[in-house]
This record gives sequence, C-alpha cells and structure tokens, in this order.
Amino acid sequence: MHNPDRPVEVEVVERVAETPSIYTLHLRFTDPEVASAYRLLPGQYNMLYLYGVGEVPISIVSDPDHEGPLEHTIRSVGRVTEGMERLQVGDRMGLRGPYGRGWPLEEAEGRDVVIVTGGLGCAPVVSMIRYVLSRRERFGRLVILQGVKHTDDLIWRRQYERWQALPNTQVLLAADVGGPNWPFSVGKVTVLFNQANIDRDRSIVMLCGPEVMMKASIDRLLALNVPPESMWLSIERNMQCGIGHCGHCQVGPYFVCQDGPVFHYPALRPWLGVTGF
Amino acid sequence: METSARFLPRSSVDSLFDAIRHEGFSRLVGPVVRDGAIVYREIASAADLPRGMRDRQAPGTYRLESQDDSVRTFSWANGPQALKPMTFAPREALWRCERDESGGLGFRDAAQEHEPTAVIGVRACDLAALQIQEQHFLKPPYPDPHYAARRSSLFLVAVHCSHPADTCFCASTGDGPRAESGYDLAMSELDEGFVVTGGTDRGRAVLASMGLDPASSLQQDKADREVEAAALGQGRSLPSRNLKDALYARLEHPHWDQVGRRCLSCGNCTAVCPTCFCHAEQDEPALTGETSEHLRQWDSCFTAVHSYMGHFLVREETRLRYRQWLTHKLASWHEQYGRSGCVGCGRCIAWCPVGIDITAEVAALMESGDAQS
Repeated sequence: MHNPDRPVEVEVVERVAETPSIYTLHLRFTDPEVASAYRLLPGQYNMLYLYGVGEVPISIVSDPDHEGPLEHTIRSVGRVTEGMERLQVGDRMGLRGPYGRGWPLEEAEGRDVVIVTGGLGCAPVVSMIRYVLSRRERFGRLVILQGVKHTDDLIWRRQYERWQALPNTQVLLAADVGGPNWPFSVGKVTVLFNQANIDRDRSIVMLCGPEVMMKASIDRLLALNVPPESMWLSIERNMQCGIGHCGHCQVGPYFVCQDGPVFHYPALRPWLGVTGF
Repeated sequence: METSARFLPRSSVDSLFDAIRHEGFSRLVGPVVRDGAIVYREIASAADLPRGMRDRQAPGTYRLESQDDSVRTFSWANGPQALKPMTFAPREALWRCERDESGGLGFRDAAQEHEPTAVIGVRACDLAALQIQEQHFLKPPYPDPHYAARRSSLFLVAVHCSHPADTCFCASTGDGPRAESGYDLAMSELDEGFVVTGGTDRGRAVLASMGLDPASSLQQDKADREVEAAALGQGRSLPSRNLKDALYARLEHPHWDQVGRRCLSCGNCTAVCPTCFCHAEQDEPALTGETSEHLRQWDSCFTAVHSYMGHFLVREETRLRYRQWLTHKLASWHEQYGRSGCVGCGRCIAWCPVGIDITAEVAALMESGDAQS
C-alpha cells in the first residue's frame, strides 16, 4: 500500500522577502517524474516539511497551468515557519500534496468573481485571482476587496496596483489604520461594499481571511441580496496530516483538510462563528 | 465448511492455542493482571489467563477482586485498553528522512513488519470499535498502510461478555455483549469449558483441525442465557443510538459549563476510548543530524494544542473541549461514519479521575426540553 503520508524532495529555487515576517518560497521538484505528475487547483495547499523539525500546511499561490516552481507565501508564526524562513536558494525540503478542495472553478465560469479578503495578502485567493486573469474571457468582472489592519501589512502592493489598472477589474483596499501614503479607504473591509458594484445575480463571491471578517462580510452581502448559494469561503484550522486522519481540523461534521479548506457557505453556515468549532 | 458450535473442554484451551499457532499466528496476546488491572499482554498458555478475577467499576473507580473458588478466566469486563493500541499504535514512525552531505533529502517508509498475532478474549464493544477505526483509517482515497499492516497481522478470538461492569452500556448502543461479527473465533465461557464458533474461514479451519465434539444444546442454551443476562443487567444507557439533532440543538446548553467545571481536561477518556483516533505528528531527529523520524502519537481534543492555530486556540475553555468530544462522538460521527462513535464500553466513565459519566451528562443535556435554557 502506498504511504500517503510521505513527502518528496523539493529544492528552494527562489526566496522573496515580502515583509519582515512574510516570505515566498519558490519550490522545484527534484524528481522530474514527480514534477510532471503534479496537478493542483487554486485554493489547495501542500504540506511543507522542514528537515528535522516538522510539517505545516501552506496554500499554493501558483496558477495550476504554470509550469515552473510552486510558490508558497509563508508567515513566520511558529517553530516550523520560523525555521523555513532561514532556508536559502539551493536548500532542500519536503513537500506532499496538493490536498483539499479548492475554489469552485466551474461554478465561477461566466460570472462576476468577487474576492473578499482580509489579513496579510491572503495567499489562497491569489491563486484564484491569477487563474481568472490568465483566462480573462471565461469570466465577467473581477472585483477584489482587500482589508488589512495596518497599511504596512499590505504585501504585493504593486501587484494590486497592476490589477487595478486592468479593464473590467475593480480593486478596493481598506486599512484599519490609514497613513500618509495610503490612497485607499480607512476602516474594515466591509466599508468597501458600498463602493463595489456587486451584481447580486451575476456574482460568485470567494472569501478568505479571519472568520469574524468573513462573517461580517457575508452579513453585508446578504443585506445586498447576494444569495448564500453564491458564496464560498476558505477557512483555516490546525492540520497535521492533510489526509483526514489526525482529527485536529474538525469543524462540526467536516475535516477541513479534506472537506475544505474551501467550503460552500450554506454547508458551513451552522458552524461559522460558533465559538469552539 | 462446518460452522456449528463446538465444545472446548477447559483442559483443552492450550490445544486451541496450539492450533492457532499452527495456523501461522505464533504470538498470542491475551488478558493478564498487571498493575491491578486487566490488560492485554503476550501469553504463553491458558495458565496466564486471569482465573477467578472479577472487576468492580464505577465512575472514577476500577478495582480487581480475586475469587478463589471460580475456575472462570473471563468473568470480568474490559480493563483500560484492549485492541486499539494493537492496530493504532500509541506512537509509531510513519517515515524517515535521510539527509546526505550535500543537503539532499531522501524519504523512506518506516518498516511495517508485525509478527502475526492472535488476540484471545476480544470483547464485542472492541470489535465494534475496531470496525469504526477501520472505516476511519482505511477509507479512500488515503488508506493508511500502517494501520492496515497492523490490522492484517491479527487473528481475533472473541469471548462473549457474561460479566459486564456497572459502567457498561453496550446493550443500549447495540454493540454487545454478544460479539456479532469481525472475529475469527468466538467463545462463550461455561464452568466446564467453552462453546466455540467460527467467524471466518481461517477460524473455522482452526476449529475443524481440533476435532472437537459439537456443543450440546444444553451448553449452548446456558451460554446464550449468560449473555442475555449480561445485556439485561446493564444499568446505564444512552437515550438513543442517534443523538445528532438533539445535541446540535443544545450547543449553547448551560450544562456544558457545569461539566466543564468538573472536567480536568486530562485526556484519560480519549486515551481509553476505543474509537478516538486523534494523533499528533512530530519529528524526532537523530543526534548525528543524518536522519529524522516522522512519528505519529496519540493526541487528545482535551489538550490546548489540539486546536492551536499559531495566533489563537479554537478551544481555550474546558467546556468547549468537552463539547467538542461529546458532540463529535455522539453527533457529527453519524455524518462522518454513519453511526455513533460510542460503543458503550464505559471506559471513559471508569477511568475519568473525577468520575464524569457520559450517560449522566447526556441525560442532563436532554433533561431540559428547551435547548437554550
């Protein structure tokens, strides 16, 4: 029986420092056969392994059709991610995946795609944004609403500015605390809904970020008569195996590692915002 | 193949053990008394079985008593652990990473060689729990080879339960006291010996090889009556085999606070539960720096780190951990595995240091018709 829990070797081919605590690793499979068999969907994640320390689940930022290294944007928050921050180009690590359910690509075809994110760049939606932008004709408008705590927290600011300049694309940013060089809105991401032209019948909404932010955003969207069936969200839990065995990521009847991390909002609604689940 | 019940005289139990060994299961594991409890360890012969031992169990209590006048060796209910550690090891290596001089990493599967082992005296509740754990660990698309290798090394000899403890409630969950499936051989103990039936071809082959007489109808009736009495004698129960909707409607019930104040969050219940499967993964690098073992180890939803998220804990308070455990076991388990995750073994009651009783907590939660009051 194949051991589903065993990683394969990858090499760090590029390392980008995004902020003092956020970095992006570009990883290449050292075995060409593994590389050619690897398939991913936007919204899925890999388990990354740091030798002798352990594994962490990290979303994949790359487009599924992009041939080349896999990009993972990581925030230093614990033992493993702090250790990975010290990796240099040429260093080896382990990778297994991709795991979980990604964004609903078929349901999104032909519709306006509204992305609502908060926090630090929110890697899981970046792969979806890239997916839409490189298949532009298959989707309607692209609306990106991004909230951050502090103006310094916005990573990929140039990327957002580039997206903002694209036709049929609306990018709205808000920071809880503004600053001298912050030309965007001040407040929570929910302040942006009035400026966003969301067509409630044509839109599919994809949310990612802190659960309180997503819950507040969903409430605003429901008030705008966006149907619950048009909303999808990516959530985060402690994940140690990625294959539905270890039990840590449970939310109600779901194992987030396999049934998620992307959920249809109606399926997650009874559990969203219930303390302890 | 012959399937009717056979009679195994008490003096011939060692012949049965020999026949099982002859079938290829050279190692025998069975109940023995160790540190004041009945646990499963390697045995050599029938003389190692706990003759005349009776248990007394209550919330937070487990005591063994010896009855010198009894010849019986299975007149007790389950101790703290039986099958689970044999299939889902408390700690085991999943793979090993080797690092060469240039920093290259090689990943190797951990060895999965397990000596074929016969387990003597498996109880119905543990066979039901085994089927649940098989569903969990062997489900597609990622069946676990470590679990599969351990499971396939086992030959299971069930003994129908005739002496349930006060903490047992398998009759109400539908999982005992009679072992209905999942065994190779099943036995009922009488004073003079055992009524034995086969459950698999290899079990029936062992039985046929011994040339035993058929069990008399008198012996079979007596064996059946003891198991029926064991069911009727159980004082504890759960109110339904499916409490999903009832518990989901009571997520904010004040009783969670009440039980949360008593619970020590120690994790004993999850360690003794035969269906709990949570485990943590961790690395153990060798001091030479050349290899690192990737291990899994039993974990518990009662620990703080179980819900650790880098910046916060999903379940900071004990009441939330108890609610997670109970609602998983009795509610969301139905959605995940098509049945409750409780087999009525009662271990979590006896081995709870403060005597929290799952049947009493459920009763208290159900008492209030209004879920929110």
